Amino acid sequence: MTLSWRDFEIGCIVSQPGNAAEYKTGDWKADRPIVNLDRCIKCGICYMYCPEGCIQENSKGYFMANLYYCKGCGICATECPTKAISMVEEVEA
Amino acid sequence: MTLKRIGMEGSLAIAEAARLADVDVVAAYPITPQTHIVERLAEMVATGELNAEYVPVESEHSAMSACLGSSAVGARTFTATAGQGMELMHEVLWIASSMRLPIVMAVANRALSGPLSVWGDHSDVMAVRDVGWIQIFVENAQQAFDNTLCAFRMAEHKDSLFPVMVHLDGFHLSHVVEAMYPLDQDQVNGFLPKYEHPFALNPEKPVSMGAFAMPAYYTEAKKAQDVALKATKKIILQTWEEFGKLSGRYYSPIETYRSEDAEVLLLMMGSFSETAMLAVDELRQEGKKAGLVRFRLWRPFPLEELIQATRNSRTVVVFDRSLSFGTHLGPVCTEVRAALSTLKNGPEVVGFVGGLGGRDVTVAQFKDMVDKGEQTAKTGIDQIEIIGVCE
Repeated sequence: MTLSWRDFEIGCIVSQPGNAAEYKTGDWKADRPIVNLDRCIKCGICYMYCPEGCIQENSKGYFMANLYYCKGCGICATECPTKAISMVEEVEA
Repeated sequence: MTLKRIGMEGSLAIAEAARLADVDVVAAYPITPQTHIVERLAEMVATGELNAEYVPVESEHSAMSACLGSSAVGARTFTATAGQGMELMHEVLWIASSMRLPIVMAVANRALSGPLSVWGDHSDVMAVRDVGWIQIFVENAQQAFDNTLCAFRMAEHKDSLFPVMVHLDGFHLSHVVEAMYPLDQDQVNGFLPKYEHPFALNPEKPVSMGAFAMPAYYTEAKKAQDVALKATKKIILQTWEEFGKLSGRYYSPIETYRSEDAEVLLLMMGSFSETAMLAVDELRQEGKKAGLVRFRLWRPFPLEELIQATRNSRTVVVFDRSLSFGTHLGPVCTEVRAALSTLKNGPEVVGFVGGLGGRDVTVAQFKDMVDKGEQTAKTGIDQIEIIGVCE
């Protein structure tokens, strides 16, 4: 996406709060998290530790990373108390 | 109503201007030879003469960082530094200008180490040519007072919003008592509108300042900044015009002395201009058509005014108060030569370096520079000659 220099906000201020969400960082990852639902106890620790804040609670109460943002850092897998999360390599289908 | 003429030390004249401007925050670290400025401000805050927050920080890097913060929330912000202090805050200077925060900073120009020198020269200025601040030079206490006031207006105008440095010669001006006319509070209140940053940090209208930019955006951001800095020229001229109406003292980007019909011009900035004026007077007495040109406005570079002031002379002799090591011309000489190189039949530009680390330069030495300069211009050989160096 390109922007004319005339369209920059003064001082490169970002005046639209939360617009970091427009930048999808999901393609940064080399590994992605996979959740074993049998082991998951819905404690939400992965959600709290995710540095991207990209883990979301689904309608069934399980916590899933939004892969459009997830950078594959693996912190969720490290912190999960039941080892329900494993990091698998992101490969071409 | 003109107030009585008083004697005031250069530093204290600046502190007085900051007081009249009713600055809100002073975040500063002391360093010779600017210390008197911030000491006086600290005193004024302590006695209640100035209603401001004085933040005594642990270094100049912190000083400028604290100034960024206070300016960002809409506080009128002032600080001062010199020499090594300027270098210590160097990385933050770029940030202040790119974030468009209208901080005003007085710089008591001081030599950069090593060897360690507390005395004056322009090496600290030349090290920050590119940082994106508006930069003004003053030569005496009156100018220091006047331009500190003007600086707030130039910085904070909604079509400007750039930080401003006011350069004064360390010791030669900072520590010298000179006669000047101050202004009173009503006059200053009429001249300086309240500071209102269009996007001041405010929880009710949140913004992010200091964003990061990928390669796809950085170039455009920098172009926008450069275009905006150049556009401040209009505000600078307007400010000086308004100030002139208020005080009777008018300033302009390039100021001249007996230059109209001059064959040879001395060119410099700062307090040595006044010594050079004496040299020009003596040369004129001796029948030489000499004149003086000096930068009042250093950034944005006043290209048109410089060309206008110098185009009809045969030789311009630039006096640099700093060395750019490993080059064949002093920094100001380089810039002036580049600026005038576009002229067909423009003047020859040559230069000398002197006044380093507080070394004095005499009237006789300026006259000598004019003489030698004209000769060097004929030979076309460039090399840095340091005036008064002990061979």
